Amino acid sequence: MQRQLQVVIALAVFAVCGFAQPTGEIGVLKVQGNVYMLVGAGGNIAAQVGADGILVADTGTEAMAPQVAAALKKLSSKPIAWVIDTNIDSDHTGGNAALPKLVGGGAPGARPRIVAYENVLNRMSAPPTGNLPQAPDALWPNDEYAMASKDFSFNGEAIIVHHVPAAHTDGDSMVHFRRSDVLVVGDVFTPGRYPVIDVARGGSIQGEIDAVNEILRITVPLKYQEAGTYVIPGHGRLCDEADVVEFRDMVTIVRDRVRNLKSKGMTLDQVKAARPTRDYDTEYDAKEGDAFVEAVYKTLDGNK
Amino acid sequence: MKAKRLPFCLTPLLCAGAIGVAPAFAQVDFTGEWAPFYHEDGVERGPGAELGDYTELPINDAARMRADSFDADRISVEEEYQCRPHSPDYGFRSLGNVRIWREIDPETQQVVAFHTHTLAWDSERTIYLDGRPHPPDYAAHTWQGFSTGVWNGDALVVTTTHLKENYLRRNALPRSDRAIVTEHWIRHGDILTIVTITEDPVFLEEPLVRSTNWYLDPGQHIGIFGCEYAPEVPKPEGTVPNFLPGQNPFLHEFANYYGLPFEATRGGKETLYPEYQEKLKDYKPPAKCERYCRCLGIYECNVNSK
Ligand SMILES: [Zn+2]
Repeated sequence: MQRQLQVVIALAVFAVCGFAQPTGEIGVLKVQGNVYMLVGAGGNIAAQVGADGILVADTGTEAMAPQVAAALKKLSSKPIAWVIDTNIDSDHTGGNAALPKLVGGGAPGARPRIVAYENVLNRMSAPPTGNLPQAPDALWPNDEYAMASKDFSFNGEAIIVHHVPAAHTDGDSMVHFRRSDVLVVGDVFTPGRYPVIDVARGGSIQGEIDAVNEILRITVPLKYQEAGTYVIPGHGRLCDEADVVEFRDMVTIVRDRVRNLKSKGMTLDQVKAARPTRDYDTEYDAKEGDAFVEAVYKTLDGNK
Repeated sequence: MKAKRLPFCLTPLLCAGAIGVAPAFAQVDFTGEWAPFYHEDGVERGPGAELGDYTELPINDAARMRADSFDADRISVEEEYQCRPHSPDYGFRSLGNVRIWREIDPETQQVVAFHTHTLAWDSERTIYLDGRPHPPDYAAHTWQGFSTGVWNGDALVVTTTHLKENYLRRNALPRSDRAIVTEHWIRHGDILTIVTITEDPVFLEEPLVRSTNWYLDPGQHIGIFGCEYAPEVPKPEGTVPNFLPGQNPFLHEFANYYGLPFEATRGGKETLYPEYQEKLKDYKPPAKCERYCRCLGIYECNVNSK
């Protein structure tokens, strides 16, 4: 995040989370129950559809809104009534205005409720500082929450939005579709990629570890560590509990190693040179290993 | 060359062809109860691999360090590991009693799938022969993966993708979820051989090739495996037992047990080839066997056997 910030700020209203920008088609996967996963619009999008309309968790980039809208219209003829933002990044919130407009049907100017943790609204609406411009108000959440969780019912299903503090950022949410048994977790879990811990926006390694353990507290496998609760990550393929365990082990072990090296008095550069991610780089993208180590080093044990 | 014309209905096969049945090119039936021969790697497949035994595997540095960092407490402390199954590239070789049956399309009488059931974790697999594509890369991965098969003469060539991360060996040498596994199923009478080729860009220096053999055992009854996970060890939430780099005290055990040079136990493609023996010229095997000296089948594979 931070590592790409300067570049990204020049390109976008606010930063995206360091993943490849979308180009082509939207992939649609029925997960289970009422929930679908849409891939290819920046961050993954989850859509819950039913008689009451459409709920989306994340809205992808603004540029991909027409393709996402076309995919959603194949699933339902109803409008988007709810949006939940799992974090502030523009590849998760960029379609907050454009997408509901295209999957509308409501009165002109009517907006769906846009739920996010309050820090998403605070950061989006903050006056411009330095190089950071203010986000257009059309993207702002209008139904922010400030407690540990928020719940409501839609399409006859309990929807539970959990805040996970200080993980990828200080504004992360996970969304549990309780009857469909699908958990949408945003960028706290990205299979095949190190987590992006956005230190400048309140992310931390301990919050990240707590968040993946929170995922494991909610997920229940169907049989032999497979299926049951499905997990839609911020980026990457559909997962279940066993996949999250691999990732949880990785972030925890890297944290243990960096903590050990730092406790010996090593500087950040010395820790990077010791390559504490070297057995994970072939799986989690070697290019990102240093940035992950740096975020761990800087936020270990409550340090900022 | 043009086939010589045979008199009409000289053989039952041609008669069948004459009434519109698709030509029966060799499609071997693998249906049956198959019991594994444990004539190789008995320790690994029965009691379980020794910690630090990375021999015979073309692993890279990442795989080696993962296993070096592994603390075996992980499989009891992390309850998600307690019922973690074996994928087919490992499970067919461990407690590999297997039942195979085939699915036939009633309209065409063509084999459209083989199904397998293995003892370990009651694992079931389907190998599709109906030409369907593999799922997109964003679909979920499973322990058994997604398999399709095509015939190569009498052999069935099976390609498996969408595997979950699993084992190259169950002493924590990992095989990644990006691996592609190709199997060649070959039947000679009552003997089944499956040659497995694992390509893993994350953990292997070159493809891992293994062959495993079974014999037809019509009386075999595969019981229920069953597994229930439970928190059994009090610990802070999120505990992941691991050894910091350089601090695993058990890595030399295997080399010491068998009197092997430590570096020869570390795996890697170089150690797989005969030329590697040149590097071990000074190696002297121990005078007598002290551990797992009789290990012909898994049931008589005893650590204390002399
Ligand atoms: Zn993202």
